[in-house]
Amino acid sequence: MFKLNPKLSQKISYSILFCATILAIIPVAVIIFIIIKNGASAITWEFLTSMPKNGMRGGGILPAIIGTLSIVMCAIAVTLPIGVCAAIYLNEYAKDNLLTRIIKLAIVNLAGVPSVVYGLFGLGIFVMFLKLGVSIIAGALTLAIMELPVIITTARGALNSVPYSFREASLSLGVSRWQTIRHVVLPNALPGILTGAILSIARISGETAPIMFTAAAFYVPHLPTSAFDQVMALPYHLYIISTQIPGMPKNIIFGTALVLLMMVLSMSLIAIIARIYFRKRRKW
Amino acid sequence: MAIKIQIKNFNLWYTDFLALKNINIAIEEKRITAMIGPSGCGKSTLLRAINRINDTIEGVRTEGDIIISGKSVYDSRADVEVLRRNVGMVFQRPNPFPISIYENVAFGLKVNRIESKKSLIDETVEESLKSVLLWDDIKHKLKKSALELTLEQQQRLCIARVIAVKSQIILLDEPCSSLDPVATQRIEELMLQLKDKYTIVIVTHNMQQAARVSADTAFMLLGDLIEFDKTEKIFTNPAKKETNDYVSGRFG
Repeated sequence: MFKLNPKLSQKISYSILFCATILAIIPVAVIIFIIIKNGASAITWEFLTSMPKNGMRGGGILPAIIGTLSIVMCAIAVTLPIGVCAAIYLNEYAKDNLLTRIIKLAIVNLAGVPSVVYGLFGLGIFVMFLKLGVSIIAGALTLAIMELPVIITTARGALNSVPYSFREASLSLGVSRWQTIRHVVLPNALPGILTGAILSIARISGETAPIMFTAAAFYVPHLPTSAFDQVMALPYHLYIISTQIPGMPKNIIFGTALVLLMMVLSMSLIAIIARIYFRKRRKW
Repeated sequence: MAIKIQIKNFNLWYTDFLALKNINIAIEEKRITAMIGPSGCGKSTLLRAINRINDTIEGVRTEGDIIISGKSVYDSRADVEVLRRNVGMVFQRPNPFPISIYENVAFGLKVNRIESKKSLIDETVEESLKSVLLWDDIKHKLKKSALELTLEQQQRLCIARVIAVKSQIILLDEPCSSLDPVATQRIEELMLQLKDKYTIVIVTHNMQQAARVSADTAFMLLGDLIEFDKTEKIFTNPAKKETNDYVSGRFG
């Protein structure tokens, strides 16, 4: 066995680690490059604000944008309050007993369920059993359940990052546990909870499988008027036009992908900026 | 002198570990009582038992009782929140909330809904800050964040926060351990001023500090109360060998 000299082995390890890091950004760069290159030409004001034409081979994608926004906003409106309440319970009240451990295990497992299973679950429970039909509300509830473990986990992280000394200070002034949570813990955890929520919005905007059977339609000739309407949605629309429609212009496919990508990326960007802003203001 | 805090046959367990062993102390009112002893002797635990802030730690179990102004602290009907308002606590590291100086002092009043009239809250904030000798330094910047104050000022603010909810007893858990010697001296001077109105119990690592400020001193070791007497006696002529070894610097 020959031995490398330590300097050389240091250089080699460094290079391997650096290459691994570079490899991680290549796919992102390539995806963005290809989508912009092929799709940018489709992006016009008309594309964003009009209905599809010619069996979706022309016109715009407005109903899909509106559909995705409404499903996602309804979903977050349901999942955020429930998730935050559950996180508060788990982080601030729950004793370390069997029930708590089962709940935590359930949350971890919920996060591991494949999204298509959520889709089928939503179809069974919301669409058929509760007779909500294929609708915004059914899709939103399905996404809400899917996102619940993520919201709970990020909210718990945010609550946990509030120093214990703040809680002690408040409790030692004779402030009750709940008032301590309301006046001390929550205000200080709010930035973390909100950035987590924005990232969740970004994540569920791109989900296809959970809304495929519960909310999304192949084509709807009008914009939704109530939460019980079927809608078109960007990710599902993208799937349809890429696989089901012969003679689809390539730039519309990539243009749609670009719109979806920009929606998701801009929300992540907002979350990142918010995080930087709050971190600067925070001094403990 | 009247007895303010009577600790009676008090035991405390952290799950299975017996941290306080049958403690009996009678703390007199409007005096400073110090608790000294090496790390892990239970002095902070005992202090934290007086306002039941230990309750927030999972696995804590107690036996025996503490009587404050004739009322049982550990009675199942005792109101912990009223108790904690009456028995304020100041911690090792200054822990003001990350809000304004004014809001820090007003916090207990507002959240506990003790006071809702703004003029009365203003008055209490001013009085409290005056009694910790902070008012003149900061009266022009009450709206500034409390985290901008020096550590010493923050610690004064934490004492003011306690005073604002009309506590009668102030528990200090190594209040100077994160301060420099000059700041420490100034906090000690403050304690001596406050003892005319408040019953003060201080846990300290610093034996000189106990000797300088306190009237009575309790020496603890491994969960036992070894000796409790006048501070002068503890430091010059202790009854027990362990106390003598500790105060003369032979261990700890």
